Amino acid sequence: MSTEGNGYKSGSNLEKVLKAGHFAFTGELGPPRGANTEEVRHKASFLKGVVDSVNITDNQTAMVRMSSWAASLLLLQEGLEPNFQMVCRDRNRLAMQADILGASAHGIRNMLCLSGDHQQFGDHPQAKGVFDVDSMQLIKIVKQMRDDGKFLSGADLDGSPKIFIGAAANPFADPFEWRVHRLAKKVEAGCDFIQTQCIYNMEKFRKWVQQANDMGLTEKVYILAGVTPMKSVGMAKYMKSKVPGMDVPDEIIERLQGAGKGKVAAEGIKIACEQIEEFKEMKGVHGVHLMAIEWEHKVPEIAEQAKVLPRPVVE
Amino acid sequence: MIVAKRKPFDEIKEMIKPFKKVLNVGCGTCVSVCLAGGEKEVAVLNAELEMARKLDDNPVELTAYTVERQCDREYLAELDDMVKDHDAVISMACGVGIQFLAERFPEKPVLPGVDTTGLAVNQAVGWYEERCRSCGKCVLAMTGGICPVTMCAKGLYNGPCGGTNKGKCEISQDQPCAWYMIHERLSSQERLDLIRDFKEPADWTDQTPRTLIQPGYKKPENEEAK
Repeated sequence: MSTEGNGYKSGSNLEKVLKAGHFAFTGELGPPRGANTEEVRHKASFLKGVVDSVNITDNQTAMVRMSSWAASLLLLQEGLEPNFQMVCRDRNRLAMQADILGASAHGIRNMLCLSGDHQQFGDHPQAKGVFDVDSMQLIKIVKQMRDDGKFLSGADLDGSPKIFIGAAANPFADPFEWRVHRLAKKVEAGCDFIQTQCIYNMEKFRKWVQQANDMGLTEKVYILAGVTPMKSVGMAKYMKSKVPGMDVPDEIIERLQGAGKGKVAAEGIKIACEQIEEFKEMKGVHGVHLMAIEWEHKVPEIAEQAKVLPRPVVE
Repeated sequence: MIVAKRKPFDEIKEMIKPFKKVLNVGCGTCVSVCLAGGEKEVAVLNAELEMARKLDDNPVELTAYTVERQCDREYLAELDDMVKDHDAVISMACGVGIQFLAERFPEKPVLPGVDTTGLAVNQAVGWYEERCRSCGKCVLAMTGGICPVTMCAKGLYNGPCGGTNKGKCEISQDQPCAWYMIHERLSSQERLDLIRDFKEPADWTDQTPRTLIQPGYKKPENEEAK
């Protein structure tokens, strides 16, 4: 459905790139634990011209940070396109809809709808988690606001938000056979694009994409494969054993261990680039979401090595 | 049943510090079964308080009395005369019982002796697990008899989230993932179609105090019925 008469749902750069059939490349930026705007601008400087859109995380790992919509506005000022993340943990349906309208009013055109890490993980474990609606329901709320011009309550909006709707998918969590059905549910709820959990188990990922292809889902939604280069053996081991929903095969750890002193990070980037090469050719995958955690300055180098530059410009 | 656990001793001691003659009222129903606020627990608490106050050189006179149910008016009537003779009342009933007690004796300080922790099942003696948040809109038919509001740490209606971890919840290895269990149960019943469909946002009817009047009954016309 067009809201602007140009065939676009939101007109975001990410939407244009994907719709034109280009292989998308998105990045991520975590807002600071304070009001330090320079920190945001500094991190953003590495991503400019290198990615199509930048995910701005929303109190990730339940640690309080500069709000994601505010950091998104800083990115707009810097000439980058934000992908405004919103979690269900911190807002009820009133605050969510208000922020969706406010974000759109200020030119934010992408959103990623997430459940959010449980507050118990963060720096305020005593907090009352909201979870008034879940991520699936949030997707549908944004879609209804955009396409039907209505609040969740059914009341008419005075001006619809223009948002390209994103959601997350974890192809690895148990039960595996349910994962593709959960994706189908998100597509049914109305999401336009998916960014997956960090992928290390390629075999399992191939299987999941195949299932999504077989169900016709990859024709209805753009899939961006999640990639996080390993910086160290310790990071790989931590991700394997400590991060819920993460699937890190032993081969990855062994390969990093075999890289030799001082060469582990380079090996991690090499693995990531090999993955990206495969994703470019994989039917049903429309791009890559690079989550270079606290490694923003390395993104240009990774993008170069992954041969995803220059980024397309779609008018 | 409703379960509760006794408040920390120091907290109770601090609450009753200004009072010289305190009535400790147990409840013979739920909190008795879950070993938090029945006749025995009232006696134990009183003994501990008496001793501690003696050591503080601030003796207190404590009376123990346990009624059948503090959430039922007819059982509270028997306390009327006793309460008059005391400076304050400790209630070891759940949050419901203690409020009904406080309502009956509005001129007296009524203090909680327990923390009410939920609607739980009796797994074994002394071991209780919460199962219901009394949300008022039961979805158990859809979820294979496992409550997502209570058993999922995020109360998701369209779970599991990305934090599901080999059958466990992201918050703890001791906490099963509710949506993993829901999937397993419905899968074994060949009824997974129930959770394939999108579930609309919940209607949270528990956000205001609820009054329930069963069909065929009505509120008394006047307050004298009390």
